[in-house]
Amino acid sequence: MTYLTRDPIVVSALIAEVAAPQCGGTCVFLGTVRDAPQDGGVTGIEYSAYEAMAVAELDRLLAEARKRWPETRLAVRHRLGLVPTEEASIGIAAAAPHRTAAFEACRYVIEEAKKRLPIWKKELRADGTALWVDPAGRPAVVGPEGTP
Amino acid sequence: MATGTVQVRFFARYAELAGCETTAVSVAVPATVADVVRQVREAIPGAALLPERPLAAVNMRHVRLDAPVNDGDEVAFLPPVAGG
Repeated sequence: MTYLTRDPIVVSALIAEVAAPQCGGTCVFLGTVRDAPQDGGVTGIEYSAYEAMAVAELDRLLAEARKRWPETRLAVRHRLGLVPTEEASIGIAAAAPHRTAAFEACRYVIEEAKKRLPIWKKELRADGTALWVDPAGRPAVVGPEGTP
Repeated sequence: MATGTVQVRFFARYAELAGCETTAVSVAVPATVADVVRQVREAIPGAALLPERPLAAVNMRHVRLDAPVNDGDEVAFLPPVAGG
């Protein structure tokens, strides 16, 4: 299974991967590159990874999710390389017999992926500069919801 | 005291600071990740700019700085992760 891709994420392919007759609920999460006009505009993000470890870590966290929600089917893609604003950097599909497990498993995978995957991003600004993003330390990447 | 060789990998901003993506260091074993950090910060000029307590992985698993390191292990220094 390859979770990492340099091509655009195809949502219909993720859904097809988890589709099964016993599943009555499918939850899809997309993380997309967003502009940050207050920082002079972001045109895209360059993603890089410790690829072998990212794959190993995804194997581990998907195994955890499958143990916790045993009937849930999961598919994940994380994009690497340049991802323009508005395009998806991560796509997750979770299908389960009922919606609660689909929502919970999908949420678990994105939250753990953000904490654990050895993936880094360099923000490309409209003025031609590029900055490594530290989600914990730099206000530029704090969203309107006030998180990292 | 026995000496072991550890493969070290730098990623993203840390690779830029260190000026390389991989190196090998010799450490007295048994060692910890913190020992490897100290060794690397002394041995590679640019690596002195790495934090004293970076995120680290041994053999592709996240570990704490007091985790053991043995001969032949791979130690990766990871800038704050930003996937998703």
